[in-house]
Amino acid sequence: MADVIVIGAGIIGAACAQSLAARGLRVLVLDAGLHGATAAGMGHLLVLDDNAAELALSQHSLQRWRELAPRLPADCAYRSNGTLWLAANAEEMAVAEHKFNVLQAQGVACELVAGRALRQREPALREGLEGGLLINGDGILYAPATARWMLQSPGIDQRRARVSAVQGKRVRLDDGQWLSADAVVLANGIQATDLCPELPIEPKKGHLLITDRYPGTVTHTLVELGYVTSAHNASGPSTACNIQPRPTGQLFIGASRQFGTTDPAVEGWMLARMLKRATEYMPGLAQLNGIRAWTGFRAASPDGLPLVGRHPQQEGLWLAVGHEGLGVTTAPATADLLTAQLFNETPPLAARPYLPERFAGALAHA
Amino acid sequence: MPDLILDGRPLRVADGTSVAAALALGGDGCSRTSVSGQRRAPLCGMGICQECRVTIDGRRRLACQTLCRDGMQVETRP
Amino acid sequence: MSEYTNLLIIGAGPAGLAAALAAAPRAERIVLLDDNPLPGGQIWRAGPQAKVPAQARQLREQVLACANVRYYSGARVIAQPGPDTLLVEDAERGWQIRYDRLILCTGARELLLPFPGWTLPGVTGAGGLQALIKAGLPVRDQRIVIAGSGPLLLASAATARDNGAQVLRIAEQASAAAVAGFAAQLPRWPHKLLQAFALFDRQYRSASHVLAALGNDRLEGVRLMQNGKVVEMACDRLACGFGLVPNIQLGQALGCAVALDAIAVDTWQATTVPGVYAAGECTGFGGSERALVEGAIAGLAAVGNRQAAHRLLRRRDRWHGFAAALNKAFALDPALKSLATADTLVCRCEDVPYAALAGLRDWRQAKLASRCGMGACQGRVCGAATRHLFGWQPSAPRPPFSPARIDTLLCLDDTPDA
Repeated sequence: MADVIVIGAGIIGAACAQSLAARGLRVLVLDAGLHGATAAGMGHLLVLDDNAAELALSQHSLQRWRELAPRLPADCAYRSNGTLWLAANAEEMAVAEHKFNVLQAQGVACELVAGRALRQREPALREGLEGGLLINGDGILYAPATARWMLQSPGIDQRRARVSAVQGKRVRLDDGQWLSADAVVLANGIQATDLCPELPIEPKKGHLLITDRYPGTVTHTLVELGYVTSAHNASGPSTACNIQPRPTGQLFIGASRQFGTTDPAVEGWMLARMLKRATEYMPGLAQLNGIRAWTGFRAASPDGLPLVGRHPQQEGLWLAVGHEGLGVTTAPATADLLTAQLFNETPPLAARPYLPERFAGALAHA
Repeated sequence: MPDLILDGRPLRVADGTSVAAALALGGDGCSRTSVSGQRRAPLCGMGICQECRVTIDGRRRLACQTLCRDGMQVETRP
Repeated sequence: MSEYTNLLIIGAGPAGLAAALAAAPRAERIVLLDDNPLPGGQIWRAGPQAKVPAQARQLREQVLACANVRYYSGARVIAQPGPDTLLVEDAERGWQIRYDRLILCTGARELLLPFPGWTLPGVTGAGGLQALIKAGLPVRDQRIVIAGSGPLLLASAATARDNGAQVLRIAEQASAAAVAGFAAQLPRWPHKLLQAFALFDRQYRSASHVLAALGNDRLEGVRLMQNGKVVEMACDRLACGFGLVPNIQLGQALGCAVALDAIAVDTWQATTVPGVYAAGECTGFGGSERALVEGAIAGLAAVGNRQAAHRLLRRRDRWHGFAAALNKAFALDPALKSLATADTLVCRCEDVPYAALAGLRDWRQAKLASRCGMGACQGRVCGAATRHLFGWQPSAPRPPFSPARIDTLLCLDDTPDA
């Protein structure tokens, strides 16, 4: 019999399971075998400072990834290649400078890059960009392999099963069987609302494309600063340039966001818009071959921060959901927060901004 | 009789010769290096397997489905 | 950039050429697309070392002479931006083609199964070697071992010998009885009698299959199982293929129903998608003669000439038995599923070894666990192999249906401000 049941074997569930198992708990991880965000996403490890809570979470988590990195097997493909935020105009450069100040004050290693120097760092970028901000400690990893590695920790059992209902510390499987434990952790991304319809989680569809191998084309993960403004503030479909160099030499291209759909089909017009945006920063991209395109769904919460902590209404049920595009980045910090709360310890960073109870109004309709 | 450059070396081939054939006529027949470092050569000959991916005049193309042209630059180690 | 046509035909092999010719009298505009540099498909592949039969040359010339046929070579289908529209790409550009009717003549590819050493330079498919030789691959005085299954081995051997190669061995995995039984039926079908010479080819061995390709950086020899005995021989090339697999990806992507791993068609060669027809090997193996008739039926049906199509139905049925006999005779020995060792690569694009796949549940799990199938071939090689080895069903194709320039994919944005 397990001490804790974790629903969802993606990067969040895996990180939580590994953290709990390291404390001596017996953990049972249930996964329905659906293709979740961990399988589809970019595996970008980055500090994001849209607000203080996001910065605290991502910064802490990145540090934990850096500590974890030496233990990760080769197929996790962890690289610390940095993120280079790109400013296309003076306004965006001002944003870069502000970010630089904020991050510097928090001890995050970063440097401003002037327009002239940008193409020395990344020759494939177009002429005429205003400049950029390089965040050295950012990185990338292959999340599916990393989740798999985490789940191989001693003390963790995995079972392929679909959970059809949760009631506090009890879960019902598709075959009718009930399982119970001292605690249940919901870590199943957009499927969380199947079990807890009251959760304010919305699926945000994203498209991705990977190219053939072109080693040496790009060094850092390239993200446009317009990403911050366009991605989070838009209600309609939006795209932002996000180009990640894979260790294989392939280029991983994102990013797009659409609400209001769970159709996994690749939508040509959206893919094209996303690629167009990327070619606006890297014109040579147009001549490269794309070999695969796919989609994924991020679990978005109303304030862009995950829900990590007790379910306010259901005793014994804990939440680790709503990570949107920062699931891989914030997995270790999520695990830390959840473990500390489960053990009633002081967490390594303030837990309050991520507590599910902040949505008490919505969750009261559980 | 097109003249092309294969990995920096000049090569003349008969009209209608594919780039895949040119790899063998002017070199060791290999087209690319695999992700784990193995040299590979054309396998299926019909545009399916992607083993014959080479860079032709700066673009990635399938050697088995591309005919040699005068002045073509072919690289098997881009 | 966009083009409109009444009839769009994908593939200019026997089926596609026959379809174009049959439809030409009644179609205002026909577009014929093929991904090879020259028309003819696999069996009638043209090239400096190819011998294209007179019939093939004539058909090709007739089609290209039709004023209402526009032929694009080196062109592939990349996506379906909307109903009755395909995005295609050639070496220079990408563009959209809108059509009233579509005929898929996408043919078949070889089944390539993994065995130790199969990734060595010098190892090709059996049909693969034939195709490469036709396009100019030098094989004079090279020692070649041909292995696998099916009449294609003999065709490949013939092409190799015609170009000065020394064929050391033709290793057919089917039993002597199966091969003899097949050869005995050949007189039923005109033109196929030539394949009976298999019995008299000194290098032909039945009940024989490859065990391993040997060599360090390139092929130096092969190890064969010949009628229960292990034999090794030095050679320069190994051409190994295990029969044909219909190319159904485009049909599947368009929503066509699939039956027995081929595109399902009715008596008029119509698929389950209205306005979409299919003919030739992609509907199931039948040989070039059958492909010609199917193509003609599809072409006539697509332009509404059912009367003329009807007259061809019996001719098509004549070839049905051939395919059945061939498939039965050359069914693959289960032993071929065990050729790969733990470190034999199964996915050549992502270098995924057998050990990473064995015991996994299905194609999707394998993709996630190992990246098998995520490479440039989009699972065409490893997908067919793992289907045979483990019974996995590959997932439905997504766009791009083939690696495509990002420039081409930009054409998918059809909004006014694009």
